Amino acid sequence: MYFQVHQPTRLRLYRFFDIGKDSHYYDDFANRTIFKRVAQRCYQPMNDILLQAIKRNKGKFKVAFSISGSALEQFERYAPEVLDSFRELAATGCVEFLSETYYHSLAALRSPAEFKLQVNKHKEMIQNLFGVTPTAFRNTELIYSDEIGSMVYDLGFNAMLTEGARHIMGWKSPNHLYSNDIEPKLKLLLRNYPLSDDIAFRFSNKAWNEWPLTTEKYVNWLNQADGEIVNLFMDYETFGEHQSESTGIMDFMSHLPEAVLAGGLKFVTPSEAASKLKPVADLSVPEPISWADEERDLSAWLGNELQQDAFNKLYSLTEKLSIINDGTLWADFGHLQESDHLYYMCTKFFSDGEIHQRFNPYDTPYEAFINYMNVLSDFIIRVNEALAEKQ
Amino acid sequence: MRVLMFGWEFPPHIAGGLGTACEGIVKGLAHNGVETLFVMPSASGDEDQSATTIINASDIAVDTLSSTVDEFLGKVKFIHIDSDLVPYVGPEEFSNVLEEERRRQVKDFRIQYGQKYKFSGKYGANLMEEVARYAMVGGTIALQNRDRFDVIHAHDWLTYLAGIAAKELTGKPLVVHVHATSYDRGDEKHMDTRVLDIEKRGMEAADKVITVSDLTRNIVINKYGINPDKVVTVHNAVDFSGRENLMVERGVKDKVVTFLGRITFQKGPEYFIEAAAKVLKRTKNVRFVMAGSGDMMNRAIRQVARMGISDRFHFTGFLRGTDVQKMFALSDVYIMPSVSEPFGISPLEAMRTNVPSIISHQSGAAEVLKYAFKVDFWDVDAMADDIYALLQYPALSEFAAKQGYEEVNALKWNNATKKMIEVYKSVL
Repeated sequence: MYFQVHQPTRLRLYRFFDIGKDSHYYDDFANRTIFKRVAQRCYQPMNDILLQAIKRNKGKFKVAFSISGSALEQFERYAPEVLDSFRELAATGCVEFLSETYYHSLAALRSPAEFKLQVNKHKEMIQNLFGVTPTAFRNTELIYSDEIGSMVYDLGFNAMLTEGARHIMGWKSPNHLYSNDIEPKLKLLLRNYPLSDDIAFRFSNKAWNEWPLTTEKYVNWLNQADGEIVNLFMDYETFGEHQSESTGIMDFMSHLPEAVLAGGLKFVTPSEAASKLKPVADLSVPEPISWADEERDLSAWLGNELQQDAFNKLYSLTEKLSIINDGTLWADFGHLQESDHLYYMCTKFFSDGEIHQRFNPYDTPYEAFINYMNVLSDFIIRVNEALAEKQ
Repeated sequence: MRVLMFGWEFPPHIAGGLGTACEGIVKGLAHNGVETLFVMPSASGDEDQSATTIINASDIAVDTLSSTVDEFLGKVKFIHIDSDLVPYVGPEEFSNVLEEERRRQVKDFRIQYGQKYKFSGKYGANLMEEVARYAMVGGTIALQNRDRFDVIHAHDWLTYLAGIAAKELTGKPLVVHVHATSYDRGDEKHMDTRVLDIEKRGMEAADKVITVSDLTRNIVINKYGINPDKVVTVHNAVDFSGRENLMVERGVKDKVVTFLGRITFQKGPEYFIEAAAKVLKRTKNVRFVMAGSGDMMNRAIRQVARMGISDRFHFTGFLRGTDVQKMFALSDVYIMPSVSEPFGISPLEAMRTNVPSIISHQSGAAEVLKYAFKVDFWDVDAMADDIYALLQYPALSEFAAKQGYEEVNALKWNNATKKMIEVYKSVL
């Protein structure tokens, strides 16, 4: 089981009149309020439940986490006590921490240099906070392609998580280990999305023909699954936010480990899986996939012209920033790369203003775009001024 | 001389130029010694009443004679189709449902007797119904105040029915003021015939028709078939009172080219965007701003993103109050590439703030402005040329700014309203 923890650094309402005058881009109030709320409803209670389950099962229950740098910064700022509970989890030896891009960004798609910087920055932070060095990797929103995989291998990882997307799996089952097409030493763990989504999406849906989901029923399904491994990858916000506590999901999760073990199954961490199992085949993924939406591709972030223009304008700055090499500009650049900013500009489900996204500060994707571009315009001005000063 | 004036919006709660023009008119009339009673559907209470007395139609209970009302209801087709009307019915059944709906709405309409009606004063889905109700309330107001005015003055199609009702009930002369026509707002195939109908009725029932430009006057004569002797052009003006030019600190060091208005077909936003892209190929130190909102805004944003200029082309959304002045104060060039603009007060406002303006030939303002740069709205190359020239050649922009300021200085409402008073006199 693997859980993703991330919160973006949302932008404040930034108007045209602010460009060139005000360089504070972030909505600290909203970010703090949202973060504290999620910590209280989700992170803290679930950490407690997992900690108890780990202790009870004496080393047989194991999980993995990946926490983005953006989230870690906010933990330090707004909820350091939750960071302590993550440290307790790390100390049990049953929790693996994965590596990802520090800013939960799409850098892998555009700038290998920036990608490397962010991965190393993240690795350092994990080492500082938890005293462990990650060996397994997951890219933002499980975005993966053969090329990305090979980049990850070159950065020193031998296991990577991604989505068992139907359009690349075909008849193959996600319940085995696979390897990267270019670099066969990189092992791939593929998310079993039906079983993961049974918990993450369908758990509280009374119209679902399997509602209510009990641990017995679920363990039965796990046992019936083919293959050697079942990868359950979920957003940590599932527990307490997407599915509120009143649905009984916390109870479910606290009983699940015992039920699974009683059913004759074992828990492994991603790195353990990569070393214990043998890959059954290479997996060819020429075009990037992800775990987002029905399409499982990049359309949620780069599907329309707004997103593409913003993305291009942002990454055109990497060279200049390297020359200037200023910490504040790098930090702002990083935060502007958070994939959520692009996600808010998605027009896929947009019809007459009906957007349904968690904690989306904008009413429409157009507002999201305008606000982001205003901020980016100010950032570009600062970059150019800094460059001029240097020369 | 006293005037009963029917309007629809009045500053500060405005959506377009109509409210601004009305404010200028009542102030100019007051300056020239003419009192006005200004009726509007929904006054919010924070309007400036120093030059006029505002009557809030939402405060008046209707009690006009039913025969007048029946006549209206018979003639005015204001049925709005509710969204719960299911499309899966055959044509005969559909027309039955429609007739049922019409009877129900007429019945509801009658029940409002003796009661006040809360107008939204906006441009919503039930606009036609509001226009018809406004007519009833207008008639009542005219009767109640019959000793307080000599002439009725109705602005744009929204108020013509009220003007007609007032005229029929009090016998006083009616002047209608054409600020815009259906022909400006859209192409001929998609016009709302109900609006067209009201426009024509208003112009025919009026004793005199005032148009804001010769462009509009020609449309009234040729497309609506009104007798030329009845139609008089009084160009709009711009208000100079109480506005010291704001000293605004510039955030961006680049020059700023601004478009300010509703982002809709009539205003030609896509031509502005194309011209901007052309200019940006030649010079980098300029930013373009589209200030306003409208039905084409999202499309405009996508066009900007597609052309890859979104780091130099900004949208501010609808600007209110002092933000408008701020925007002008920050601008180096103002542009109005309207496809068809009956007048266009905004370039005058820009020039009043020392900002040189580029306007389309297809606007009423082009008839009165000598020191604005004029292009055909479709001529994106000429537009880009003029923008580039104003940005690159300080001598040109200084000249245009100075001459432009002096020119609009002479275009005050005090003068325009003098002409209107002549029109009033001619119908009394």
